[in-house]
Amino acid sequence: MGFLDRSAIVAPPGWSRWLVPPAALAVHLAIGQAYAWSVLKTGLGNGLGLSGTVTALPFQLAIIMLGLSAAIVGTTVERRGPRWAMFMSTIFFSAGFLVSALGLALGQYWLVVVGYGALGGIGLGIGYISPVSTLMKWFADRPGMATGIAIMGFGGGALIASPIETNLLAAFGTSSGGLASTFAVMGVGYAIFMSVGWLLVRVPADDWTPPNAPQQAAQAVRDDLAVSAQTAVKLPQFWLLWIILCFNVTAGIGLLERANDIYKDFFATTGPAQLVAGAAAAFVSILSLANMLGRFIWSSTSDVVGRKNIYRLYLGVGALLYLVILTLGEGNKVVFLIASLLILSFYGAGFATIPAYLKDLFGTYQVGAIHGRLLTAWSAAGVLGPLVVNAIVDARSDVQGPAKYSVSFTIMIALLVVGFIANELVRPVDPKHYVDSTETPVREEAAR
Amino acid sequence: MSQATSGGRTVLTVVAWLWVLIPFLYGVWQLVIKLPALF
Repeated sequence: MGFLDRSAIVAPPGWSRWLVPPAALAVHLAIGQAYAWSVLKTGLGNGLGLSGTVTALPFQLAIIMLGLSAAIVGTTVERRGPRWAMFMSTIFFSAGFLVSALGLALGQYWLVVVGYGALGGIGLGIGYISPVSTLMKWFADRPGMATGIAIMGFGGGALIASPIETNLLAAFGTSSGGLASTFAVMGVGYAIFMSVGWLLVRVPADDWTPPNAPQQAAQAVRDDLAVSAQTAVKLPQFWLLWIILCFNVTAGIGLLERANDIYKDFFATTGPAQLVAGAAAAFVSILSLANMLGRFIWSSTSDVVGRKNIYRLYLGVGALLYLVILTLGEGNKVVFLIASLLILSFYGAGFATIPAYLKDLFGTYQVGAIHGRLLTAWSAAGVLGPLVVNAIVDARSDVQGPAKYSVSFTIMIALLVVGFIANELVRPVDPKHYVDSTETPVREEAAR
Repeated sequence: MSQATSGGRTVLTVVAWLWVLIPFLYGVWQLVIKLPALF
């Protein structure tokens, strides 16, 4: 397995660091397909006559497996390196589609759940964290921008997958055989697309330094900053970031989860039902774009203004924007659109900036493993967000129009305020928790 | 020799970026054409 190990991919002198972002994007644009599950879900529902609850199972299991595998395999990813991780992600993610295709061909739906959900979900988790620490080492001068590019890819993956899935389903049909063909083509296609990632990725040599000095104006970082993943999870800083990520994601999901219905409820009286429905679909699309672009723009901005300040923006202004929608949004399309787009850009940016925040607090030593453990906050938000929005809105079915969302949006504001307070409580890690400086070069031993 | 290596890496960088940007721009375009319905 030497070809996949970290030692086999140390960059030779003169290697361009600008080859690493496309390697990361090849993986993240592929695994971002998860956000386009709804297209396949509709095909499965129409073709096999399955209920929405049953066709949601593969996606739900995949998100749970994403958080669990990122948390469990994070340390191994740090030890074995990004090529190993990207290769494993390719194998698991593609195998998920191929096992699902087999299940559909055999009429065994449980194989779709196990294939896409369990195997594919492991591919998502390993793939999501695979390039993070490598990018931050190559772009120590711009870590927020670097992780922003990769994680923007995860947000943009659905943009590619959605029309492709639509076209494949139209070409093959939604019979069992047609669905199997769609899944098989996607499995093979993603295996090829992702291979560029593990073939291209390189780690910098130990003596390599970025062309620009790391930006330390906003937050001074000590040279010997290195906290192990095992120690990090015992520190309040980790759990404060966990709360920040969880509540920021929950607040974004609050809007994303029911965007179509929210738009219709706010603007039901602005035109014929058909026009409003078309506008609502366009609203959902433009939210995806804001989610994606926010990951790059705000995360890059954090390199200049600092991580704590940018989370003040995400959480503080995010809470105010929810308030603006509640008070001024009804019938006022411009205000509603601007506020919604900013909220979704903060949602995406929260994901993209967190690795750089972790680096500032714990160093790059095992940042991938720490990031993996932090992603359990995403799994929790994936349960909490829909619960807050759907349960409350459904319970208020007798209320019409924007008032239907007053309680759930107020809860979102409260969660964002709690996240804001958590961000204010974040302090630098006491140097007594740093890994002994004589130990850090022996990365593999320490990680074990 | 080093010039050939440098040229090869430039080509590799361009190809690598095209590999990810072409599908990405296709996705963005598919999204943008839906937007007029909003206004």
